[in-house]
Amino acid sequence: MANKTYLQALNEAMRQEMERDENVFILGEDVGQFGGCFGVTKGLFDRFGEARVIDTPITESVIVGTAAGAAASGLRPIAELMFVDFIGVALDQLFNQAAKMRFMFGGKAKVPMTLRMPQGAGVGAAAQHSQSLEAWFMHIPGLKVAIPATPHDAKGLLISAIRDDNPVVFLEHKMLYGLEGEVPDEPYTVPFGQADIKRVGTDVTVVATSLMVQSALAAAERLAAEGVSVEVVDPRTVLPLDMDTIIESVKKTHCLVVAHEAVGFAGPGAEIVAQVAEKALDYLDAPVKRVAAPFSPIPFTPPLEKAWIPSADDIVAAVKSIR
Amino acid sequence: MKSPDKKTLLEMFATMNKIREFETKLQEFFAAGKIPGFVHLYLGEEAVATGACAALDTTDSITSTHRGHGHCLAKGGDLRRMMAEIYGRRTGYCKGKGGSMHIADFDLGILGANGIVGAGGPLACGSAFAQKYKKTDRVTVCFFGDGASNQGTTQESLNLASAWKLPLVFVNENNGYGISCPQCKSMAVTDIADRAAAYDMPGVVVDGNDVLAVYEAVTEAVKRARRGEGPSLVECKTYRWRGHFEGDACTYRCVEELNDWLAKDPIPRFATKLVEAGIASQDELEAISVGIKADVEAAVAYAEASPYPDAAELLDDVYA
Repeated sequence: MANKTYLQALNEAMRQEMERDENVFILGEDVGQFGGCFGVTKGLFDRFGEARVIDTPITESVIVGTAAGAAASGLRPIAELMFVDFIGVALDQLFNQAAKMRFMFGGKAKVPMTLRMPQGAGVGAAAQHSQSLEAWFMHIPGLKVAIPATPHDAKGLLISAIRDDNPVVFLEHKMLYGLEGEVPDEPYTVPFGQADIKRVGTDVTVVATSLMVQSALAAAERLAAEGVSVEVVDPRTVLPLDMDTIIESVKKTHCLVVAHEAVGFAGPGAEIVAQVAEKALDYLDAPVKRVAAPFSPIPFTPPLEKAWIPSADDIVAAVKSIR
Repeated sequence: MKSPDKKTLLEMFATMNKIREFETKLQEFFAAGKIPGFVHLYLGEEAVATGACAALDTTDSITSTHRGHGHCLAKGGDLRRMMAEIYGRRTGYCKGKGGSMHIADFDLGILGANGIVGAGGPLACGSAFAQKYKKTDRVTVCFFGDGASNQGTTQESLNLASAWKLPLVFVNENNGYGISCPQCKSMAVTDIADRAAAYDMPGVVVDGNDVLAVYEAVTEAVKRARRGEGPSLVECKTYRWRGHFEGDACTYRCVEELNDWLAKDPIPRFATKLVEAGIASQDELEAISVGIKADVEAAVAYAEASPYPDAAELLDDVYA
């Protein structure tokens, strides 16, 4: 097992799946020779050629719709949008076409497509290139939503996504592309709907996603020095959402903080907290807390952007406020 | 080109009658309150779906529109399962979960009627791409209306299909109105086919009430697509006899205009041609339409006798 970056893990997942199954192909803007906006598809064009790593015009609706149509016709497309923010251009093809095809056609259609989209703030890309939009996708029956936080999960979840017979929205965090971790060389899957306890603890449960898993782990380290034991739970897929693992953890710690980079209001944390309230309210010894982005578009200027992004400090403060 | 053989011609006549009778019954039963939701009828436009689908093989595919009954029937859709679906019954094509606007039969290459105007283009690109990728010689036809021709998705799809030389035929059904808005208010061009030039593909205008004209133009386009030469745009000028949906009072158009088009009814026109060419006698054609009336009656009886789905089926088929 070697150390690889999150980006290398994603690239390896696509390469291995394309080697395994000739129905797998990649399409998107600049994914070919250029290697993708953030370099995630680098080298795949040279290896598999232009018939399988395909540059499209800058037409997000057609990228998503072509993937959906090809998937319904027996292929396994991996479509890339440069930034998750651009899905707005193509929402109909994702929400009304890909997600609903199976149900509204009476179970006959199968739409095994993967839609990879980088999200997250931190690179000074401002309001139209930095959002975290998993709550949008969680709200649409028919989609699955993967949101890996580590290189290991990135590879395993992407292989699961490619092999899944449903449309999968695969959300990568820009600030995680350079993160290193141990990644097995051989292909493997990380199952959907199975949360991972990233750190075991006894005093407070912190459910965190994507980049916030790293922030939660840093916060847990600092809190441990102060005698507070934090359990960090990473759902890894927010649709399906593994509430069982989260509730088990809350039953053990009796305290819950949810941390995500998406805007807090009507964000993914709202669903997690609501389900805990429905199913495990009696186990809570303190109010739940959400650590999330403020209700504003993402600012450009570095100090404001930094202030906008939820931090390890925010998680520490949230934990202390209920302990 | 060689004219179609007798069998094909009579099948086309039967298909047009099938659509006409199916839609006429729907009109009647919708008014009687037997059918839930919206119904967008295809009456008057039968020659387009019939001519275009007659140019296709069973293994070819189509994407359809919210006015899709005619396309599905012309592509071989089963009358009973179509009717049952529109009635919301479990025996319908979509187990009652799709309804009039979402009928599909992948076995027949019907990739779905569609509730969103202009959504079919990208999906058709995907279907055509898949055939090219798999190196088959199968073709996809994308049906779209004059309203959809103004959607960005349609223009993006025309562009992509041409840039990638996809085996795709865009069949535009220009019925003159996007819901209530006449073409003259929604676009500056007279012929939607002119837009093909922007994408360097052939664009032809045909009389959409002449089933043979549609058949010939689409056959040429399909041949070109099968040869790997890329997409074409065939604009079929026709007219929507009914309102946009059943219940639409149609106050936005005049009776004279409707009457002009009723006089161009594609079915008697085709019947006259068949009789004049000695393909069939008036009696033989009459027998075909009588047989179809019985088939449609049987489909209605089947639909009405079919059960509604059970509430326990609500969560079925959300995921594969």
